[in-house]
Amino acid sequence: MAEATLAGVTVERDDEGFFKNPDDWKEEMAPELAKEIGIDPLTEAHWKVIRFMREDYKVKGQVPSIRRMKNEGGISTKDLYNLFPKGPAKKAAYIAGLGKPHGCI
Amino acid sequence: MKQLLIVGGGTAGTMMANKLAPVLDDSEWHITLIDEHETHYYQPGFLFIPWGIYNKNDVIKPKRDFYPSGIDVIISPIEIIEPDENRVKLVDGRVISYDLMIVATGSQINPGETEGMLGDKWHKNIFDFYTIEGTTALRNFIKYWEGGKLVVNVVEMPIKCPVAPLEFAFLADWYFTEQGIRDKVEIEYVTPLPGAFTKPIAAKFLGEFLTKKNIKLTSDFSAGRVDAENNKLYSWDDEAIDYDLLVTIPTNMGAEVIGRSGMGDDLNFIPTDHHTLQSKKWENVFVIGDATDLPSSKAGSVAHFEADVLFENIQRYIDGRPLKAAFDGHANCYIESGFGKGILIDFNYDVEPLPGKFPLPGVGPFSLLQETRMNHWGKMTFRWVYWNLLLKGAELPIEAQMTMAGKKRV
Repeated sequence: MAEATLAGVTVERDDEGFFKNPDDWKEEMAPELAKEIGIDPLTEAHWKVIRFMREDYKVKGQVPSIRRMKNEGGISTKDLYNLFPKGPAKKAAYIAGLGKPHGCI
Repeated sequence: MKQLLIVGGGTAGTMMANKLAPVLDDSEWHITLIDEHETHYYQPGFLFIPWGIYNKNDVIKPKRDFYPSGIDVIISPIEIIEPDENRVKLVDGRVISYDLMIVATGSQINPGETEGMLGDKWHKNIFDFYTIEGTTALRNFIKYWEGGKLVVNVVEMPIKCPVAPLEFAFLADWYFTEQGIRDKVEIEYVTPLPGAFTKPIAAKFLGEFLTKKNIKLTSDFSAGRVDAENNKLYSWDDEAIDYDLLVTIPTNMGAEVIGRSGMGDDLNFIPTDHHTLQSKKWENVFVIGDATDLPSSKAGSVAHFEADVLFENIQRYIDGRPLKAAFDGHANCYIESGFGKGILIDFNYDVEPLPGKFPLPGVGPFSLLQETRMNHWGKMTFRWVYWNLLLKGAELPIEAQMTMAGKKRV
């Protein structure tokens, strides 16, 4: 667990940098978070994904899966991988200030 | 008369019918079970068919042999489940109403989810081993195969029996060694996970096994499409992996009827309370086995441990008592590692697989997270236990909840 200051606000994050409390997140923090994982700049296409994730999280209480982003958010999986190479669910959740998506076993 | 409806007569549904039929007051409750198929498959046995260890007859029996007497059994596909109306419509138009429903509709592979997988090469040099058709077709291929590159690929998680693909790779190493052609077979294990398995200690342990057996591990590979014409598997990032023989574990999804009925998530798995097994949406609906969206393994052992908890909660629900939040995600899996040996893992939602002895602490006879001959015999004996005890709902000498006794923190 670590505290970090993003866009002038102190937030709690886990060992991997995911937000402990998604309510701490503000849009201004996203570009900085994206830079941390090598995504720069954030384009409108990135924002479409981030906004869908935030909205869906608010309703469902969990980070949407890649399939859900395709079915409900209308974002193709191919596009997701282009925008957030190597693990889009994890990377987009990171930037959107959500917890780490649960890998199932 | 009140109606308890069990939808699905596979491992979980059959266990629940056998547990509940003797204890429910038959002047108040009637049990009906609906399933569309007549044949019960011993699914753990599918793993052994490609190597000629089991054949088809070893893994099939009529479902009816395992249902208790005194319940109604309907063999029919379901058109739709209407949980808001407490009823189920069958394809022939019949309507079955219920007061209480247990959904045990399982999970299945959907190779059609991956572009290019279903085509001319399906069951020619691209196979699944999660269906009787796939595993027997694969047997016919392997029997005459003279070598080349075998790729074992997990398309995406979650999958039924998450250790089965690893076991498949281990058994391939053993089989081709026995056949004297191991030097002509290259084996690559390709997974979307960051390692051989999800949980860190087991992932490291099993990863070392892959290395020891000269099986190449390619992790973090999310399969996006198959170019069957050119024998290439592509990731969503357009990395390509060549194969001569592709053994795929396709996307696993819950039953289509769950999707049609609006009861599932994007993979048709039903949102279920992690500890009581009650549906999150309908209080008179309970869910068991692979049909749930629980973050536990999709496996018979999990269904068995869930059945103990659900048996109690169904009675509590009927008697108007608070439900017991007793399910802890307990799973117990034998991992066949080839050459007559096996590994055993025992874990739950919170505790990852650890080394130790099982089921008797310090004694065994089985060893956790170690490779032994006894573990292999545990796996082979399990088929008898499954048909003769487990499906019939008999008590097994293993607690539903995982215990730390006999385990070592590492």
